[in-house]
Amino acid sequence: MSNHLKNLKLKIWRQSGPTDSGHFENYVMDEISDEASFLEMLDVLNEGLIGENKLPVVFDHDCREGICGTCSLMINGQAHGPERSTATCQLHMRKFKSGDEIVIEPWRASAFPIIKDLMVDRSAFDRIIESGGFITAPTGGAPDANLIPIPKTVADAAMDASQCIGCGACVAACPNGAANLFTGAKIAHLNLLPQGQAERFKRTEAMVETMDEYFGSCTNHGECEAACPKEISIDVIALMNKDYRKSKLKNRKEISRT
Amino acid sequence: MTITFNSKIPAGAIGDKWATYKEDAKLVAPGNKRKFKVIVVGTGLAGASAAATMAELGYQVDVFTFHDSPRRAHSIAAQGGINAAKNYQGDGDSVHRLFYDTIKGGDFRSRESNVHRLAEVSVNIIDQMVAQGVPFAREYGGLLDNRSFGGAQVSRTFYARGQTGQQLLLGAYQQLARQIGLGNVRMFNRTELVDVVTVDDRCAGIVTRDLVNGEVVSHAAHAVVMATGGYGNVFYLSTNAMACNVTAAWRAHRKGAAFANPCYTQIHPTCIPQSDPTQSKLTLMSESLRNDGRVWVPTNADESRSADQVPEAERDYILERLYPSYGNLAPRDVSSRAAKRAVDAGLGVGPLKNGVYLDFSDAVNRLGKDVVEERYGNLFQMYERIAGENPYDVPMRIYPATHYTMGGLWVDYELMTNIPGLYAAGEANFSDHGANRLGASALMQGLADGYFVLPYTIGNYLAPMLNKPIPGTDHPAFKEAELAAAARYQGYVDIKGSRSPDYFHREVGRIIWDYCGMERTQQGLEKALSELPALYEEFQKDLRVTGDAESMNQTLEKAGRVDDFFQLGMLMCRDALEREESCGGHFRAEYQTDEGEALRNDEDFAHVAAWEWTGDPTKSIRHSEELNFEAIHLATRSYK
Ligand SMILES: Cc1cc2nc3c(=O)[nH]c(=O)nc-3n(C[C@H](O)[C@H](O)[C@H](O)COP(=O)(O)OP(=O)(O)OC[C@H]3O[C@@H](n4cnc5c(N)ncnc54)[C@H](O)[C@@H]3O)c2cc1C
Ligand code: SF4
Ligand code: FES
Repeated sequence: MSNHLKNLKLKIWRQSGPTDSGHFENYVMDEISDEASFLEMLDVLNEGLIGENKLPVVFDHDCREGICGTCSLMINGQAHGPERSTATCQLHMRKFKSGDEIVIEPWRASAFPIIKDLMVDRSAFDRIIESGGFITAPTGGAPDANLIPIPKTVADAAMDASQCIGCGACVAACPNGAANLFTGAKIAHLNLLPQGQAERFKRTEAMVETMDEYFGSCTNHGECEAACPKEISIDVIALMNKDYRKSKLKNRKEISRT
Repeated sequence: MTITFNSKIPAGAIGDKWATYKEDAKLVAPGNKRKFKVIVVGTGLAGASAAATMAELGYQVDVFTFHDSPRRAHSIAAQGGINAAKNYQGDGDSVHRLFYDTIKGGDFRSRESNVHRLAEVSVNIIDQMVAQGVPFAREYGGLLDNRSFGGAQVSRTFYARGQTGQQLLLGAYQQLARQIGLGNVRMFNRTELVDVVTVDDRCAGIVTRDLVNGEVVSHAAHAVVMATGGYGNVFYLSTNAMACNVTAAWRAHRKGAAFANPCYTQIHPTCIPQSDPTQSKLTLMSESLRNDGRVWVPTNADESRSADQVPEAERDYILERLYPSYGNLAPRDVSSRAAKRAVDAGLGVGPLKNGVYLDFSDAVNRLGKDVVEERYGNLFQMYERIAGENPYDVPMRIYPATHYTMGGLWVDYELMTNIPGLYAAGEANFSDHGANRLGASALMQGLADGYFVLPYTIGNYLAPMLNKPIPGTDHPAFKEAELAAAARYQGYVDIKGSRSPDYFHREVGRIIWDYCGMERTQQGLEKALSELPALYEEFQKDLRVTGDAESMNQTLEKAGRVDDFFQLGMLMCRDALEREESCGGHFRAEYQTDEGEALRNDEDFAHVAAWEWTGDPTKSIRHSEELNFEAIHLATRSYK
């Protein structure tokens, strides 16, 4: 049966737009069921604010199932909050207790400018994918799907990497604001598969270089892995670096084969 | 505009129609394609695949989504899988069998020609997605693995763990991203379609609102594709993502596009029951769980022991008992009603007695925990996060929830609405699933429409327009629509009443769920049709949106969407009222067999209801398109 949490002290970042300097605002949540999700707690807060003729807190969210990657809150200094491998929307109030102070901030990274309150612009991620995060396979010409068997272990490893939801927690958690976990995950997904070999080195170079245009550099803190809701392993960064070095050393981009 | 319904079904035998169509379709020469501008609204499976393919072919494509990135479309949330008639398992599958299963699953309320084409191209989809790098599940030998889904007796469902939609959408998104990178697609994120513009009875373009700064702008094109998803959120609580809404389709409807079968909505049998009044959405547990989970309730309404303490003799495995040949894999509507009846009879389980058990203990004993974890691990984790219970130890509790909408914009064989130049694809159209969709068939349809159908059919429309001027955004029709849209959003801000859009959304949802949900009656629907207009009036007088229309304002976005849900809700109830039969997801309590199964009325209702907007949502005009069953004989749908 559900219990109720009382007297939660919320400290929430409010910022009216990209040029506003922003500030924390305090709110008290008198009572909320521990069955509620974290975002439902914010829904309740927002309905209350509308009731008081105030502006509700803007935050990004959509699926509320941990898969779309839209939700993006820094909760008590942790990207997606205290529960491991859990996106903000899957965090439930049973993880908190009455009287807790909860600090809620947006992702903070220079590549993710704030749009309003807790909402940021993550389109730099799209730029990375656009530069090479795909396999060129025009519609219609594909061979039979079972023509190339893929060992289960390889398919599974590709799948592990491709589970990334593009949320940006890795960037937010990184002291340097680096996007290596995100970029490495996509490169690992595609570079592991037989279908991804033709463009392997071209892809790696293009994506890494686009990443470097927008994001800070990785100095192996490992905070990204700890924050990732999809448990993307930091090994993908090693794979990316290896392929990038190989490509640069032998200028394989042009020949495009291993 | 007078509505004409020509479904444009090509002549010939069912298996030859699509080939014949493609042979006869007019073509646009490669060098001329860039002279055409096509707008695609929506970046789910249907929109992303259509946009990427058309850009590859050479058209200029502008793409719109209200999400912050095309990768976030609701298709991302699909869990279970995608069907295709590959017959890789050698278990007797074929294009004809998939065609037959889909027609039967849809309770003989879909158009044969479209469904056959869907089954035909299903095989190409899997080839295409594998070539793009979708990491589908594989057997140890390296070949693709399959599972079975409700309503089928073969294993034809391809899957990527419990994240099939995510993997497919990322595949399509990556193809789209490639075209964006190449400069062939202009992508507009955080931009919402707020109106459709017609000039001389043709679709001339759209009007959008920039969600970041509120700017209302027109976009002209030769053709527009609506790939804007379904309207399940009219129920307030559903498995859909929070932002899913009907606005795009509804605005097209108000501009003359017929809305077909709005009462065909699907309730999914396996969702986590509601636990709290503040709940904002319901979470689906993939239907694939029914491959290994057994649905049961205690035989005694006062049962208070924990599930594992209830002896076999005091359990009722409802689906296995009622539908021995399909068992726990009976189709969605059938399974949902069985659960509802058990709960209505007081046999529900859980603290609120609002669910039934889905029990994996036999599967764990038979297959071992490892195999169960391999198959469903991430679903079990998700369940535990939400419900706070571990399904390896305690059976899951599930209950039906709104999940999918079969109704949508009426389209012909070419996926064109009755407005020339306006197309609808994916869940936004009504075309392939009749009165009930089979599991794993929505992903298939979205990708079929986008990759393999629209790119052909659009050319047939565009070819004769070569080098002819089209109306630009300075045309008065665009200016008028822009002004109206801006005024509409300002209007919500100006009401300055006392209640939030969410309040009204919950209320509409409650009415629709109570009277136009799993079971409908004439009396209930009439009640809804008297309550909804009254509530709508209150909405128009008492809505409160704080903030302004010139900046990011999520309350304002919501207000516009709830407004359209009201109007759609009224149409749904009318459609349900006038369809005096039970079929698929539309169950009218007055029309059932002695055993409580749906009773169709083929004599009077073997047709599509296509509604015409008149300005008053309670006074829409009902048109019909007769459905002819030539390849498959109309038969009672039985899963016994
Ligand atoms: C939880 C869940 C699980 C599912 N599992 C399965 C499954 O296992 N197998 C299966 O086959 N099906 C499944 N389905 C159904 C399937 O996922 C959907 O029917 C399908 O993905 C819809 O795809 P779509 O491309 O038509 O629309 P969507 O993916 O919903 O995309 C709609 C797009 O339109 C955009 N849009 C909408 N309105 C506007 C507007 N006004 N302005 C601008 N943009 C707009 C959105 O931003 C979005 O990009 C599931 C559905 C749910 C809810
Ligand atoms: S790698 Fe993990 S944290 Fe980073 S974007 Fe992907 S899912 Fe989010
Ligand atoms: S809202 Fe989709 S991942 Fe959190």
